[in-house]
Amino acid sequence: MKIEPITPKNHDLIGKVVDFIRDFCTQIRSVHVDHLERKWINIALLVVGLLVAIITIDAFFHGINPPSKVETIDSAKLHLSKEFAESNLGVQIDDQGNITIRMVAGRYSFFPKHIAVPAETKLTFRWVSMDVLHGVHIPMTNMSTMIVPGHVAEITTSFPKPGEYPVLCNEYCGLGHNHMWSNISVVAKEDWLAPSKLTANKEIKQ
Amino acid sequence: MNDAAERKLALSHLWVAFIAFILACFMGEYQVLERSGFIPALESPTVYFASVSTHGVLMAFVLTFFFIMGFSYYIATTSLKMPVWNYKLAWTGFWISLLGTVMAAIPLLTGKASVLYTFYLPIQAHVAFYLGATLLVVGSWIWCVIMLVMFSQWKKANPKQPVPLAMFATAANAMLWLWTSVGVALEVLFQAIPLALGWMDTVDPGLARTLFAWTLHPIVYFWLIPAYTAFYVFVPKQAGGFLFSDEVARAAFIVLAVFALPIGFHHLYMDPEQAKGWKLLHGIGTFVVAVPTLVTGFAVIASLEIAGRLRGGKGLFGWIGSLPWTNSMVLAVILALLMLILGGFGGVINASYAMNAMIHNTAWVPGHFHLIFAGTTVIMYFAIAYYLWPLLVQKPLFSNSMALIQLWTWFIGMGILTTPWHVLGLLGQPRRISSVVYNTLLTLAWKPYELAMIFGGLILLGSACLFIYNLAKTQLNPVTEEFTQQIEYAEPVHPVTALPEYLNDFKLWNKVIAVLMVISFGVPILQFFFMDTFGSPGWGY
Repeated sequence: MKIEPITPKNHDLIGKVVDFIRDFCTQIRSVHVDHLERKWINIALLVVGLLVAIITIDAFFHGINPPSKVETIDSAKLHLSKEFAESNLGVQIDDQGNITIRMVAGRYSFFPKHIAVPAETKLTFRWVSMDVLHGVHIPMTNMSTMIVPGHVAEITTSFPKPGEYPVLCNEYCGLGHNHMWSNISVVAKEDWLAPSKLTANKEIKQ
Repeated sequence: MNDAAERKLALSHLWVAFIAFILACFMGEYQVLERSGFIPALESPTVYFASVSTHGVLMAFVLTFFFIMGFSYYIATTSLKMPVWNYKLAWTGFWISLLGTVMAAIPLLTGKASVLYTFYLPIQAHVAFYLGATLLVVGSWIWCVIMLVMFSQWKKANPKQPVPLAMFATAANAMLWLWTSVGVALEVLFQAIPLALGWMDTVDPGLARTLFAWTLHPIVYFWLIPAYTAFYVFVPKQAGGFLFSDEVARAAFIVLAVFALPIGFHHLYMDPEQAKGWKLLHGIGTFVVAVPTLVTGFAVIASLEIAGRLRGGKGLFGWIGSLPWTNSMVLAVILALLMLILGGFGGVINASYAMNAMIHNTAWVPGHFHLIFAGTTVIMYFAIAYYLWPLLVQKPLFSNSMALIQLWTWFIGMGILTTPWHVLGLLGQPRRISSVVYNTLLTLAWKPYELAMIFGGLILLGSACLFIYNLAKTQLNPVTEEFTQQIEYAEPVHPVTALPEYLNDFKLWNKVIAVLMVISFGVPILQFFFMDTFGSPGWGY
């Protein structure tokens, strides 16, 4: 095997970089690689490239990304904030019909402790922590995010199947971690009553 | 060469590692029992989380650090054929790490540091826990310095000679660990300790998570590299053949070390403090680092095939049967590869950016890392111990058949433990719970799997006890015959006489790592100093 030393031939920076890359490639070619091994390396690269391509295409063209909206909030003053004050928590629907669900995670529950949402509808969850690190997962769905104090964790998803689901904390948050859970009812789209209508109904009954 | 001093150094490290290991195994079995809820008298979150925290620290930091240090000292001295540089310093490192371990163990065992081995802020442990962990790492830095000094001393004395592969891998690991430990060191020194001492009122948990993610992935490769080293430098010889390729092995170690570092955000896929572009970048890097593992798998299997055919195996699969299955190193590598293949499939799911949402922080995750770490990596630690112990104590192994039973039971136990664990994750069970109290029908499906895990754990515990018993018996065996066996490193099919400098050194690769780290962690860390962030006070648990 013949190995050429890496020596500077040109003196300007770009020339040096070009020289370096050329020498590097020459050296890489001088290394003995068995043909079977070469074949296998190519297969491995191909498999990995395929997986990376699927993920990247999904991310760029289908918008499939994990929850990643970087937004900060003072976790010590949630009760004073307008958005996460107690009266503002839970499911809300705006004039355009967009549904936003504001939830507070705190040892040891998610508040409000029970919510009802429509199935097959785009839902935007906004989770905040009032104390330590939490995680939330609704099993059998992709409603999953970490809830880091100081940040709002926003995630948009929809639930295809109606039913009663638990909402579970999935990051250790203290000795009562396993008691940290709440409930969500996913209601068939046509049976779901928007929160404002819900209140109105109650008033009629009373 | 008289290597009594090195043997003592290595043995001391390895014993600390394995004592930590056996203690943690007992805790592990208690944990599966407690979590299942079958024995109501056992139930106590206080004891459970103290136990889980200790189990994690002992397995992930004490077993691994001391094993890697002890193993590497012996590899360095035998492969370079020179004494360990600066015994006094090496022993200082040992005692600092041991002091740190004891210092962290006291709050852990008394329930003053039930923060789990990931100690995510703003939950806060007793300051002795952080100081102890720091000392453990400082001791390991001394080991890094000694390894890199020996590496360069040998190179100076043997210019243009290829560094022996075993030492090349070991030096790569030392370099990797120096880079890896910076993230967690910054978190502990500038956030956890000042908070625990009351010097700071608040810390930024998002920054803490980011710094921890810096360390969290490459540390796994730090644990794994001794196993890969054994794949390349011991297995082919023990199987009766040759190493398939030496140069590609070096390239694999380099790619492992370089690309293990800038990819930690696959632990933060579901986190709100980092944006999606950075996560995707780290996600792509995560797939790149799968390549050297695929290459390693190929090289090991090809080396085994050469050995099998040299031993008379014929046909497409005939060579598998003619391998020396009764050699503990060969058996271990086969079982390790099987677990690596299964765990690798799981790993691809974890790494897959959006698909990760289904299993993130569910029971799947501990299932996965037990299969890959406690399975693939630790079974190779066993095989290395069985191979080195006779050399270290200069006596034959007490019982080879006991070693084979131990390896098989470890493999079977790990299968019975981790398969249900993965399934529980798919069924929605969160990780890190001490008992199941959710009042939902979903939990009914969990029971049989929890029962299976208890049996898996029991088999593993029995296997671990056999391992310690065999090592202790070997050392205490009163044989007086002279022991002449020497350590044997595998020869490659094509002997390597000269190497390009970049395959024989890390200077270039350190620069590459520096650039990659700036690209992948620069903005994500700096953003915390430019955004309006809000700190969190420390919380108990």
